[in-house]
Amino acid sequence: MAEYQNIFTRVQVRGPAYAGVPLARGSSPRDGKPNFAYILGWLGDAQVGPIYLGWLGIISLIFGFAAFEIIGLNMLASVNWDPVQFIRQLPWLALEPPSPAYGLQIPPLAEGGWWLLAGLFLTVSILLWWARTYRRARQLGLGSHVPWAFAAAIWLYLVLGFIRPLLMGSWSEAVPFGIFPHLDWTAAFSLRYGNLFYNPFHMLSIVFLYGSTLLFAMHGATILAAGRFGAEREVEQVIDRGTAHERCAIFWRWTMGFNATFESVHRWAWWFAVLCPLTGGIGILLTGTVVDNWYLWGVKHGIAPAYPEVFRAMPDPLLGAR
Amino acid sequence: MSFSLKLGAVLAGLLGLAVILFTFERPPVETVQTGFRGVALGNIANPRLQPALAAANQLPPMIPRVPSVGPRAGQAYRNVQVLGELGVAEFARTMAAMTAWVSPEQGCNYCHNPANMASDEIYTKVVARRMLQMVARINAEWKPHVLETGVTCYTCHRGNPVPLNVWSENTGPMRGEGFSASSNGQNLASPVVGDSSLPYDPFSRYLDQAVNIRVQTPDPLPAGNSQGIKDAEFTYGLMMHFSQALGVNCTTCHNSRAFSAWDQSAPQRTNAWHGIRMVRDINHNFIDPLQPLWAANPNGPPGGPQRARLGPHEDPLKVNCTTCHQGVNKPLNGVSMLRDYPELGRITNIDAPPPIRQ
Repeated sequence: MAEYQNIFTRVQVRGPAYAGVPLARGSSPRDGKPNFAYILGWLGDAQVGPIYLGWLGIISLIFGFAAFEIIGLNMLASVNWDPVQFIRQLPWLALEPPSPAYGLQIPPLAEGGWWLLAGLFLTVSILLWWARTYRRARQLGLGSHVPWAFAAAIWLYLVLGFIRPLLMGSWSEAVPFGIFPHLDWTAAFSLRYGNLFYNPFHMLSIVFLYGSTLLFAMHGATILAAGRFGAEREVEQVIDRGTAHERCAIFWRWTMGFNATFESVHRWAWWFAVLCPLTGGIGILLTGTVVDNWYLWGVKHGIAPAYPEVFRAMPDPLLGAR
Repeated sequence: MSFSLKLGAVLAGLLGLAVILFTFERPPVETVQTGFRGVALGNIANPRLQPALAAANQLPPMIPRVPSVGPRAGQAYRNVQVLGELGVAEFARTMAAMTAWVSPEQGCNYCHNPANMASDEIYTKVVARRMLQMVARINAEWKPHVLETGVTCYTCHRGNPVPLNVWSENTGPMRGEGFSASSNGQNLASPVVGDSSLPYDPFSRYLDQAVNIRVQTPDPLPAGNSQGIKDAEFTYGLMMHFSQALGVNCTTCHNSRAFSAWDQSAPQRTNAWHGIRMVRDINHNFIDPLQPLWAANPNGPPGGPQRARLGPHEDPLKVNCTTCHQGVNKPLNGVSMLRDYPELGRITNIDAPPPIRQ
């Protein structure tokens, strides 16, 4: 009997390579010969390929590659085409959006035009990839849950890089493409708009983010813990007594008094995950457009408490100077 | 457990160890709470590192005091423009002190022509005179920052003809030309801003020009504040410099829930606010006007260390927080050196426009 108490799948059951269900009329052929990778079998299914790329996938990859090249080559130019510095400083490098002086105009390439172009290509690529996930899900007769979950992430991406800059009237409000620079941008964003922690939609987003990790941990742990009873084989489990499924359910009923079902736990997880970027995107969208200082907004609405003074606070010296 | 698993575990362990060893500061770290509980206002210091820092910021031996008697230097010597009120003994003591503080290896001749001590032919003498006026200005006009502790030449120079911690305009290293994207003066690993990717020249804006450091709107709703996120990044970069220069953390001055709120900030923030204006006054009224002298002597006087006196953009080497503070929140551990050298406080001919305090 397979053991599931380890971090790796200990026993790999391998049949002949399987191409998948028949494709609908008008579909492209599947690409690549199926192969088996033992090490990948530790983590997931040992069979690799075939992949269904299709024309949506191909065009998406082309646009994505163009964006990747624009970002990468501009980063390389920013260290004077020095490959050593490129590797050393890669986490610090970025493609920066235009300066505030340009507003929503299209600036010259060197002044942020490349950023706009990379953003356009990346957006086209992502939207095509979304269409691809939708088409593949439908073609397989699945619900569209995965595409809509992906769309929640795309919503946040579009708010940050496109919708909010449009509303603010300046591309300079958007996020740079870069590893540390986008993190610095995040910190500066919160500093400029008076502490994002007082933004209720940011709070909600954090609830769903941390909630997702908690739910994921609970669900994953529950199923792994009942793996010795075959909990991953869900079909016959739901109707019998004493199965892995029932033990899982009883565990939570005994510890919390209430438990999910095999179906509903996935619905909880899906909504928690999807609401994280949905609420986060709303919070970003309101920042600078509707609310300019979240801390003071929090004071106004009674969510930021006042603390007793410990030292003698000084007045604003700029006001004193006048 | 199979061999490959063990190998993987060992490699993961080594990687984790490397991350912990090379990115975290070794404890102990002492936190001193200064604000109300829960608001995280406080000072963070590592007592293991404090003794070395304190030792590096000791005062030099004091030159014995002399009485203010005898003829005035202005009458006894020719061309004494700012120290003329001192007695000759005091004048000699001040000259000896300046030599010990600024040019201990080069001696008097770093500034003076030994054949004619009164001559201004060596440009460093003109610079030194201006710097004396600057010291007098700081001690007289910038008490909101230096209090009664004051400054002397040594606060910055520490035995070096050119202070070790200075800055000049920085437009970044060489980059690809043509239409490759510019990066708004940021996005390189820069030690000036604590090895972050924040703008690497926050000084030109805030410590030479007088750009205001106010990005937050003092109102919950939008009220016509044109400051953007890039401005916030520049101010953040300057604050990283403050933090490094003084060996303090953000919460020494700020309540991190409302960085802009003066009524929740520690009094140190007001002191720092005046410090920013003081540094602008120093750079703008005392350093920048000397640029032609350095441009004529780009590597210093013949007897001095051959070191560039100007930055790559031909602007002079200017002052920031590190120039005086050098890692401690009170320069020279807060000990007043000025008290031992009252002669420096008797300069009245400062010859500069009044300081701007906004």
